[in-house]
Amino acid sequence: MSVLRTLIIKELRQFRRNPFLPKLVVGFPLAIVLILPWIANMDVKGVSVGIVDADRSDVSRRITSHVEASEYLSLHDLYADYPSALADLEDGHIDAILEIPNGFGHSLHATPKRLSIWANGVNAMKGSLGSQYLMQTVMRALPTESAPTQPSFENSEIVNCQLSIVNCELTSLKLLRSAEPASSLCSRSIATLSIVNYYNPTMDYKHFMIPALMIMLMVMVGGFLPALNLVSEKELGTIEQINVTPVSRLTFTLSKLIPFWVICLLELALCMTLALLVYGLPVAGSVGAIFLAALLFIIIMSSIGVIIANLSDTMQQTMFLMLFVVLSFILLSGLMTPIESMPLWAQHFTRLLPPTYMVDIMRAVYLRGTTVAELSGSYLALAAFALTFATLASFTYRKRG
Amino acid sequence: MENIISVRNLTKQFGAFRAVDNISFDVAQGEIFGFLGANGAGKTTAIRILCGLSRATSGTGSVAGCDIMTQSEDIKRNIGYMCQKFSLYEDLTVLENMELYGGIYGMHRKEILAKAEAMLTELEFWHHRHDLVRSIPAGWRQKLAFTVANLHAPKVIFLDEPTGGVDPLTRRQFWGMIRRAAAAGTTVFVTTHYMDEAALCDRVSIMVDGRIMALDTPEALISKYQVRTMDEVFRTLARNAVRNE
Repeated sequence: MSVLRTLIIKELRQFRRNPFLPKLVVGFPLAIVLILPWIANMDVKGVSVGIVDADRSDVSRRITSHVEASEYLSLHDLYADYPSALADLEDGHIDAILEIPNGFGHSLHATPKRLSIWANGVNAMKGSLGSQYLMQTVMRALPTESAPTQPSFENSEIVNCQLSIVNCELTSLKLLRSAEPASSLCSRSIATLSIVNYYNPTMDYKHFMIPALMIMLMVMVGGFLPALNLVSEKELGTIEQINVTPVSRLTFTLSKLIPFWVICLLELALCMTLALLVYGLPVAGSVGAIFLAALLFIIIMSSIGVIIANLSDTMQQTMFLMLFVVLSFILLSGLMTPIESMPLWAQHFTRLLPPTYMVDIMRAVYLRGTTVAELSGSYLALAAFALTFATLASFTYRKRG
Repeated sequence: MENIISVRNLTKQFGAFRAVDNISFDVAQGEIFGFLGANGAGKTTAIRILCGLSRATSGTGSVAGCDIMTQSEDIKRNIGYMCQKFSLYEDLTVLENMELYGGIYGMHRKEILAKAEAMLTELEFWHHRHDLVRSIPAGWRQKLAFTVANLHAPKVIFLDEPTGGVDPLTRRQFWGMIRRAAAAGTTVFVTTHYMDEAALCDRVSIMVDGRIMALDTPEALISKYQVRTMDEVFRTLARNAVRNE
């Protein structure tokens, strides 16, 4: 019987007898796929719109009916003038105002007049996304063939309740369409932009979140569990008995990691199956590419867990350090918020964190079908991190004080 | 007889504190060596150095023919260790613990099973082999820990206060096990606070403040200090201790 096999059998027996872990390991992926995507959802729906229609042309009626039909917008009312619409915005009845100037419909054939959008920026997400959706809806409503040049928006601005006026940044759109180059989105004149949402055609935020949540699963199961397991041996004193045997530290560390690697990969497979069955979200790229990245990433996370466990003496220290690391990873890796909207120094810093590359790979392979070759940079980065952290994990374990 | 443990000028320094202070001794093969001393005298530190769990600050020594400074992993192949704190896996059964430690020392499954059966039957514990260690009472745990430490037939067994908190009857049984192991040629290096147990050792050393103040057979020590029991020998020496926990 090889020593590693003996130790792994011991881990599996302990795992099976643990009153809590087997349940957690099954329950966690179910929660990750079935519940969290509905909660961790930054889709903005039901943006209430007021339209000031000074034009009253076919075109303005067309725009109005498009707003009414939109899945994301709801038409609250039509207003005779801007001040009455603004009063409703201030009272919170509407989230955004669209003003169509007199003669707008006619002007489309020559030099189009400018439309205006005002949005309530108290809820910044709703304000910026709402005005963006409104802009897209208007563009779709316009008769494309009739216009030599399409209209641009004069002032699409987000107004908060105190009515201080802030320039509308269009970068928020990147959140939904990370595949598009940013430059095309920032242009103020989006006249020639016809919007097709590649890779996530229904703009379903859940599709965007599911690969990210799978990464969370790997962070929790792959990072936390081995760390807690190892430090609990320290607290119980059982590691002392192991340290006095000829087991090499590599063998002992591997016996702690391999079971969790297997569990983690099985859970990932379960998550991917559930994502397909429940949300109809298949892997656009190769499943092998996902698993290759997952394996590298789990090695990184579990090595970090082992390093932290090696450096701490108690469960409390381990928990605190792990939470700090995991929280930084989640906030800085682009898992929840786009890296592009972070300050520049933070953007540079994210390149030093392994999950940044994992988030890149997961979203690109899962949603866009990018290949390993195209993502070779990110894969190499993960491999380098894996090698570094695994070496450190083995190095920090001391059998002899 | 050949010396299985040989230590010269062993010192362990923790900052300004000298836990083990320049100790030297030899232990012969098959000997029961009592390593006595008050709490904080440096016994556990010395044992941890001999077992390769801790690095000596200075000094030389060998255990089972391996150098304590450079061959600590080779030493581990040849020793059994029962630490002060009970440290078998409580969420594994008796037999599973034996399979684990036997496997670690490279024993085959069949070999482990045969040996476990023989050892547990002798203890009249074979029918409890599938019990979780957690459910076993303290006295039995100690006997079990000794059995596991002895499973791979080590040349030396280090026992750090193996009978702490154990009832007198079980202590007697435990010393029966120690004597049988020694009779089979295993060297037993044992620390204890019970002086009736010290009297059962072939030779004892008494450590005071990190130094070995006396080393001889119990009988020789008793006559040297002109007292009647090991207890009095111990008190005579430990009285002068500066360190006190």
